[in-house]
Amino acid sequence: MNDMTLMERKVETQDIKIEASDVQVHYGDTHAIKDVNVKIEDKTVTAFIGPSGCGKSTFLRCLNRMNDTIQTCRFTGKILLDGEDIYDKRVDPVQLRAKVGMVFQKPNPFPKSIYDNVAYGPKIHGMFNTKSELDEIVETALRRAAIWEEVKDRLQAPGTGLSGGQQQRLCIARAVATKPEVLLMDEPCSALDPIATAQVEELIDELGQRFSVVIVTHSMQQAARVSQKTAFFHMGNLVEFGETGQVFTNPKDPRTESYITGRIG
Amino acid sequence: MITQGKHSGSLLTQSARTKKRNAAETRFKAYGIAAIAVSLLMLLVLVTTIVSKGLGAYQQTFITLQVELLEKKIDKKGNRILADIKKVSTFGYAPLIKSAVTAKVEELGIETGLKSKQLVGLLSKGAAAQLRDFVINNPDRIGDTVEFRFLASSRVDGYLKGRVHRDSIANDKNISPAQLDLVDALMAAGVIEKTFNIDFIIGADASDQRPEAAGMGVAMLGSLSMMMVVLALALPIGVGASIYLEEFAPKNWITDIIEVNISNLAAVPSIVFGILGLAVFINYMHLPMSAPLVGGLVLTLMTLPTIIISTRAALSAVPPSIRDAALGIGASRMQAVFHHVLPLAAPGILTGTILGLAQALGETAPLLLIGMVGFIASNAPDSIASGLMSPNSAMPAQIYEWAKRADPAFYERAWGGIILLLLFLVTMNTVAVILRRRFERRW
Repeated sequence: MNDMTLMERKVETQDIKIEASDVQVHYGDTHAIKDVNVKIEDKTVTAFIGPSGCGKSTFLRCLNRMNDTIQTCRFTGKILLDGEDIYDKRVDPVQLRAKVGMVFQKPNPFPKSIYDNVAYGPKIHGMFNTKSELDEIVETALRRAAIWEEVKDRLQAPGTGLSGGQQQRLCIARAVATKPEVLLMDEPCSALDPIATAQVEELIDELGQRFSVVIVTHSMQQAARVSQKTAFFHMGNLVEFGETGQVFTNPKDPRTESYITGRIG
Repeated sequence: MITQGKHSGSLLTQSARTKKRNAAETRFKAYGIAAIAVSLLMLLVLVTTIVSKGLGAYQQTFITLQVELLEKKIDKKGNRILADIKKVSTFGYAPLIKSAVTAKVEELGIETGLKSKQLVGLLSKGAAAQLRDFVINNPDRIGDTVEFRFLASSRVDGYLKGRVHRDSIANDKNISPAQLDLVDALMAAGVIEKTFNIDFIIGADASDQRPEAAGMGVAMLGSLSMMMVVLALALPIGVGASIYLEEFAPKNWITDIIEVNISNLAAVPSIVFGILGLAVFINYMHLPMSAPLVGGLVLTLMTLPTIIISTRAALSAVPPSIRDAALGIGASRMQAVFHHVLPLAAPGILTGTILGLAQALGETAPLLLIGMVGFIASNAPDSIASGLMSPNSAMPAQIYEWAKRADPAFYERAWGGIILLLLFLVTMNTVAVILRRRFERRW
């Protein structure tokens, strides 16, 4: 996949998976997200790009309410997942996070065995009845994360003993194991070397065919390589949102153009 | 106007500035080494003093005598009824011992001008009681001649250990040079011997008159039951409070105040906790005085801040990425804490708890205030069975008690007790270090 082919990639019209409207986020006195409206489609990879501190990660963390753990963080607005407001009082964020999985910037496997890392999600959500069912879930998740061949002989080895790229794919397998409908990825390749990055990107491409993947990245090349839709954030505003090819080759906003040509950022 | 400095001159010669800096560094290193050397020297002095003064307590002098258990003296009716035998007090056994000593001296053919009363003075004042206990337990042996190992009196014991000298006993009415001559002669005959004294480790305290019979055993049991109370209360309360404060509580001015106060409590002198225990647990709640339960409660109050502070430190040392990882796949806050954070923090919590317990084990001041210096003369198992609510002593309080008694023989036992206490503390700290090493995990 290279930058030249992205124009030809077919983008189908999909169902809307997540619809955010009038989202405002404050950290104490800082206005981190200003009036963001965005529609994220199902079975699509959506990339959030923008300079550091533009709010792209903050917005991503709103989508599974991970910002709830930060005390000074205030949220207003509406985010609908399949038409249901995830910030409704009746919503338990724990249930939400089972549907909207997350992969973090730094690989963070639990200091347990590879098997236990993947099995933890299914265990706490009660997704199986027998041990063999669990084995199957673990194997499927590891296969989806393209790491099964490398670890199938040492499932009981500690997850922290893997290389950086393998750890990150293990974390993806862990997220996939709970059968999420949306997968959020916060700069998943920033701690990885180019070869591991290529493996993870290939994986993202595959995962995007199954469910909605939202990826935050500071690498524009990566956004161009893996995503069908791109959102450009700047100073807390969603400046531009559109098909990746259009955003990179024919941006509508002068700020987007400045950023992707390297004048700001 | 600042003049621009120039790096002139060769790299092969040190500039004045470099020399000065190097000299300062050398001086600092020397200070550090000197400080460490002084501490090591102090430690060496401390350990040698303790060991040299305390080891004596682990040896005791015994006198072996053949005593004829005369029926007419201890069971006049001759019917072997226990109730009748018990009617004879230790006073009634004194003549038996007297004649046994005299017989022994005559048998060995030792010339001595001592009266029989002075001969008996070589033995511990507890000898008659030892004899009586034997007879009550074995009434069928009445009439036989039985060999006994009696404790020697503390002066004789001190003479053998070098504590009592001929020139230091001029004004001592408990011992005379003639008695010491006899001791020398009996030593040569093998009647008097100095051996390892297990009773110091497992036995009970003894009265002021019999330092030779005093032991740490019961005080150790008292300390043990207090530690169990502390562990059972301080660990769950402390860890629970820390988890709530660290993982769940909102960060606002109330939690700030609580945090400051926990740190303050850790710095409160232990005697304050002692007087609090006296006022609340004994005077207000009417729990029994001198009981290990009360001691344990007071030490729990004292240990809680230590445990809370170390537990919170251990919890906050767990990287936040682990919590994120658990929350990100839909674990609840509690699942994240109990499945992932707590296991990683466990070695730190365990170490903090053991160190807190070690601190509590060595604490004396609060125990004095709640009267945990009870004189317990009953040996195990009676002293265990009496439980948490009956009076007991504790190791440091027992040491304090011995140290303030007049007889120098108790002084030796106080040092001996310190060796035992230090052994416990060193063991606990070693266990803490080993646990930390073994369960420490990298992430």
